[in-house]
Amino acid sequence: MSENLPEYPKYQQEVVETETGMWSTGTGDTSGYGLITRTIEMPTGQQPPFGDWYDDAIKRVEEKVDHPFHHIVFDHGELTLYVPREKLLEVMRIMRDDYPLRFEYCLSVSGVHYPEYHGHEFHVVYHLESMTHNRRIRVETGAPADDPTIPSVTSIYPAADWHERETWDMFGIVFDGHPHLTRILMPDDWVGHPQRKDYPLGGIPIEFKGTKVPPVDQRRRYL
Amino acid sequence: MKPSSTDFYAEPGHEEDYPAYDVGAAGDFDAVQAAQKERDDQVLVINMGPQHPSTHGVLRLLVECDGETVLSCRPSIGFLHTGIEKNMEYRTWAQGSAFVTRMDYVAPFFNEAAYVFSVERLLDIEDKIPQRAKDIRVLFMELCRIASHLVAMATAGLELGALTVYMNGYREREVIFDFFEAVTGLRMNHEYFRPGGVANDLPENAISQLHQLIDWVEPRLKEIHDFCDDNPIFQGRTKNTAYMDQTACFALGITGPRLRATGFEWDLRKKQPYCGYETYDFDVPTRTGADAYDAYRIRMDEMVESLKIVKQATDRLERSVGEPVMIQDPQYKWPAKLVVGPDGQGNAFSHVKDIMGENMEGLIHHFKMVSSGFKVPAGQAYVPIESPKGEIGCHVVSDGGTHPYRVHMRDPGFNNLQAIPLLTEGGMIADIVVSIASLDPVLGGVDR
Repeated sequence: MSENLPEYPKYQQEVVETETGMWSTGTGDTSGYGLITRTIEMPTGQQPPFGDWYDDAIKRVEEKVDHPFHHIVFDHGELTLYVPREKLLEVMRIMRDDYPLRFEYCLSVSGVHYPEYHGHEFHVVYHLESMTHNRRIRVETGAPADDPTIPSVTSIYPAADWHERETWDMFGIVFDGHPHLTRILMPDDWVGHPQRKDYPLGGIPIEFKGTKVPPVDQRRRYL
Repeated sequence: MKPSSTDFYAEPGHEEDYPAYDVGAAGDFDAVQAAQKERDDQVLVINMGPQHPSTHGVLRLLVECDGETVLSCRPSIGFLHTGIEKNMEYRTWAQGSAFVTRMDYVAPFFNEAAYVFSVERLLDIEDKIPQRAKDIRVLFMELCRIASHLVAMATAGLELGALTVYMNGYREREVIFDFFEAVTGLRMNHEYFRPGGVANDLPENAISQLHQLIDWVEPRLKEIHDFCDDNPIFQGRTKNTAYMDQTACFALGITGPRLRATGFEWDLRKKQPYCGYETYDFDVPTRTGADAYDAYRIRMDEMVESLKIVKQATDRLERSVGEPVMIQDPQYKWPAKLVVGPDGQGNAFSHVKDIMGENMEGLIHHFKMVSSGFKVPAGQAYVPIESPKGEIGCHVVSDGGTHPYRVHMRDPGFNNLQAIPLLTEGGMIADIVVSIASLDPVLGGVDR
């Protein structure tokens, strides 16, 4: 995939998914080449130093918590700390309370589903902000599909309350210790978690006079 | 006190044979009713919404009150959930703007900007965006901020019974919408900001129309000041109502005018500048009352500041006529050439003539860009910006393909609505609408 891309910093990448196109695979469409596969790789594992305040922040967390990070990614000027879920609460508390860090705001919690990223199928991404130091940081944690449980940070950041409920609603990630983990956007009796990759979009074909356009999730995809 | 069986109006309603479901913490209304019946006290359970004119859309509140004092108020959302984030995973990156603009429909340009900035960061083209495109974006965001604040003012006025404020607010907003329509072809849901720039340049008469707009809006903002600022009824309803101090804001992640109403000068345009805001001259108004009245005054002052930015942007745009408004790299540049014709926005005749009659490679490129779109390198980005309601940011994850892998919009309304119980409990039931208005949520953005 990388030949067609613009200049982009190269670093070790991890395959999280392999995708095949919808060209001619099982459909009557013979207009394309059906053997294209593409591996989906996410940037992983970089080593400090990154310069600026980032190194100090990483060092500070490492001083306070034993082996806090799974790995660290510094990409496009944004620092992402991958924290094992067992360490999440410890790290988040340090993030909020320790003066050199002091990330007072947890602005957003969002889930991401990587169905082939074995052992880390469900990711939860926290965007933290420090108003004291005017900095931002991203904390990411993962849970396996057979045990999608992540400790809730609502005891540290009460603002994460609704965000975690939304992530539960959309991905089925259970936030341990959340005061009332109920659905928030979907109806209470809804079955399934819509933002999971294996949940169908549920489109219907668009009918024109004399022809039909397949629903958007069944159209051929360009890899 | 048990209702007397002889009093027809005191009879409990008949039992419904279907359960009433709801989508949030408010819980099953049947269960709430049953619990209340068992408790057998004077507490009144009121279901407010989702179709209530003063809940700014389809917001449902489950209110328990003792007389007119609110004991508990539990908000329930999700009635406008349309699965925009899921849908975007099946569309190209460029099509994404058409989806995000429909989230918070009162401030559409901020949704588009948050999404587009994140995509541009992933593409590493933030430095290559033409200056004119940046100036146009600033101009539109600030006009949109005025329009959004006008809606906040107008609806807040309406909820207090000040119908004139409502009419005036919407009248001024209409003038801004006319300008949006002249440029983008649409009054709402513009899909105007695209990854790489903006969809089309300003039409020839845009600058003169802008001057007219400024001349119209500027004196009329003062009218709203005259109606409200010293109005004893307005002050009586809003002062010390919906009080939320800085500690509460920090705990609940509140940003925007409510945070600035606690005296904290936090505005991302100043603190973490984007899109060239550091080159504009404007102030960040703050007040210290931390109530609905100060939130209103801050919005009024912000409109004045926004007009200052609009004037500066207009000057810059006057000087940069003819410069590109879209990145010139053909890998990302949208191949179409859009103009607003007499029958609405569409492809320019010259472009159609070129690709259909003269330039086969151009046609192939156009087809490839429109059907397949460009690829975005794998990774994730989150670019926060200051929307009229607070911080809006789009968490975009790419797997290196032509479609977003995951898009999550951090909508300020969604987060700020968490403060409803804090703002309303212990107060009067009539102040609930004031509290909601002081947060200015838009349920399209809250539910997405």
